[in-house]
Amino acid sequence: MITLSHVSKWYQTFQVLKDCSTEIAKGEVVVVCGPSGSGKSTLIKCVNGLEPFQQGTITVAETSVGDRRTNLPKLRARIGMVFQHFELFPHLSVMRNLVLAQIKVLGRSNEESEQRGMRLLNRVGLREHASKFPGQLSGGQQQRVAIARALAMDPIAMLFDEPTSALDPEMINEVLDVMVALAKDGMTMMVVTHEMGFARKVAHRVVFMDEGRIIEDAPTADFFDKPRSDRAQTFLSKILQH
Amino acid sequence: MNYNWNWGIFFQTSPDGVHTYLETLLLGTGWTLATALAAWCLALTFGSLVGVARTTPYPWLARFGQAYVELFRNIPLLVQMFLWYFVLPEVLPVHVGDWLKQLPDASFYTAVVALGFYTSARVAEQVRAGILSLARGQQMAALALGLTQPQSYLYVLLPMAYRIILPPLTSEFLNCIKNSSVALTIGLMELTARARAMQEMSFQVFEAFTAATVIYIVINIAVTYGMRWIERYAAVPGLLGAPPPVATH
Amino acid sequence: MFSNFDFDVIIRSLPYLFYDGMTFTLTLTALATIGGIIFGTLLALMRLSGLAPLSLPAAGYVNLMRSVPLVLMIFWFYFLVPFIGQWITGASRPIQVGAFMSSLVTFTLFEAAYFSEIMRAGIQSVARGQVGAAQALGMTYVQTMSYIVLPQAFRNMMPVLLTQTIILFQDTSLVYVLSITDFLGAASKIAQRDGRLVEMYLFAAVVYFIISFAASLLVRRLQSRIAIIR
Repeated sequence: MITLSHVSKWYQTFQVLKDCSTEIAKGEVVVVCGPSGSGKSTLIKCVNGLEPFQQGTITVAETSVGDRRTNLPKLRARIGMVFQHFELFPHLSVMRNLVLAQIKVLGRSNEESEQRGMRLLNRVGLREHASKFPGQLSGGQQQRVAIARALAMDPIAMLFDEPTSALDPEMINEVLDVMVALAKDGMTMMVVTHEMGFARKVAHRVVFMDEGRIIEDAPTADFFDKPRSDRAQTFLSKILQH
Repeated sequence: MNYNWNWGIFFQTSPDGVHTYLETLLLGTGWTLATALAAWCLALTFGSLVGVARTTPYPWLARFGQAYVELFRNIPLLVQMFLWYFVLPEVLPVHVGDWLKQLPDASFYTAVVALGFYTSARVAEQVRAGILSLARGQQMAALALGLTQPQSYLYVLLPMAYRIILPPLTSEFLNCIKNSSVALTIGLMELTARARAMQEMSFQVFEAFTAATVIYIVINIAVTYGMRWIERYAAVPGLLGAPPPVATH
Repeated sequence: MFSNFDFDVIIRSLPYLFYDGMTFTLTLTALATIGGIIFGTLLALMRLSGLAPLSLPAAGYVNLMRSVPLVLMIFWFYFLVPFIGQWITGASRPIQVGAFMSSLVTFTLFEAAYFSEIMRAGIQSVARGQVGAAQALGMTYVQTMSYIVLPQAFRNMMPVLLTQTIILFQDTSLVYVLSITDFLGAASKIAQRDGRLVEMYLFAAVVYFIISFAASLLVRRLQSRIAIIR
């Protein structure tokens, strides 16, 4: 479904991604982890073309992301993305956040969009908040709305960029629960996160990055029990302390 | 002090034989407001376009926007008015130039255009600042949903940017009203021009200028209150001010 | 359209334009800036003093100056200054004040309102802890202001103060309404005498642009230097 092949990216003269290659099959859940500055956020933003890259190829459902002829908005409509800082549109109500792209990008009718929106709000447990505004919701609630907003587009895959890093500890679980349910429903997911509990629960594979390179790419169990590289071992030992 | 005060001068007929001095001042006020509002519409339109242009990732568009702003900001408004009024008709083809020179209310149209472009450069800076103050994530989220660049500006960035810049934009509008007075140099009979005319005809200097001052202050207060009402009407619930209420499940 | 553009008239008028006109403009700008900043700082201190008899008149003055167009103020002071001079000196008739003096008073008093807002922000930008530390050392209000707060306020607001000076420089062109010979006035006089409106006004626009643009670039350079030092 998603293929990254020898992807490299430079900011001016600084190389932020070095020859990254990996694959995510349909229905797979892949967790990308690593220390700060390892390039994992940049990598995931390249997958839907929010960040350009200079070398290599990225293909999503047989469409090449880097190709100049690719219709990026159309491609992005098929991939859902959830951001670290939620990025709900503050001037629109929760329901308007959910229906805006459905109407303007997919051309759905108002009624159909709102129906889907309500179904998804129900799914993430926020049905009563449809007419509230993002500023009136807690962080965990906002992030769940953000997930619903992405799902409203009926994506073939979902990208998560550190979805719980900006949340207070007591709200992390409500968001992770939604993501676990999504994974169990068979969604193809690429998740950048530090939440190793989540990885162990639903991830099929774990990709470990450091300094722009993919150091390890292994099935979950193998990654946690027998990490091959020193860097991964150090990282795991530090992060699993708490 | 050998100045003869005469506050009754306002109700005396002015030399035009038709209106009292007070009425001429009010006529002038009408021209002031008309000029300012028309120029403001121009300024908002072009200013928004240029402000947006400066935030796009296309270098030639951004550079054009910057050149536009630098041009209109570094030449005094009075000089710009002279360029539009005196120079433009001369550099256009002869018949167009002649038509411009004979246009009735030429000073009004020139004032609107000159003031409009001058103010648009300042509006552009405000719009640009407003858009840049929004986190980059907002545009990313819009694009990630499949909205095109223009759609992301129209539905996400600009609605919030305008709310953010409402206070400085109000200042800019008030400046626009005050700057309309510069057009008296090209013959527009707005409020300050009328006060000056009244002073020259009646020699009641301080009465004339006091009246004009009071009228400008009243306009100022009215606009400030109006803008506050707009701010409240456009406010986004939960964004500025009180913290969000405790979440209920 | 530019077939008979007369560069000659520009070149012939350069001495008059710059020796008579530009010196007036630059002198007025410089003196009004200095006077405006001094009076503006005083106004800012009055507003921040917390004492109603000081802060209310200061606030009233600033708001008045900011509500009214500069053109109107130019007319006001043109007529008012002779009467004030008469009142101050106790003469029997209004004092004849020259064009320069009248303009200087106008611009100083008008721009002081804008400078005062800048200085007010500047003074408030100096951390409260600074004042506390000065007072703990036993400094009086005047000493605290002179040695601790105002120097920092100035440094913080230097770019904004300079930008306001550039605005002042452009505003001086409005003395045209009194037919005073500043740079624009000089260009205008030549334009009307020789019938060369296009050449003179374009030249004036170019000169104003070059000076303002260059000054604003310098201010930007200064701003980045300050940012680095911080």
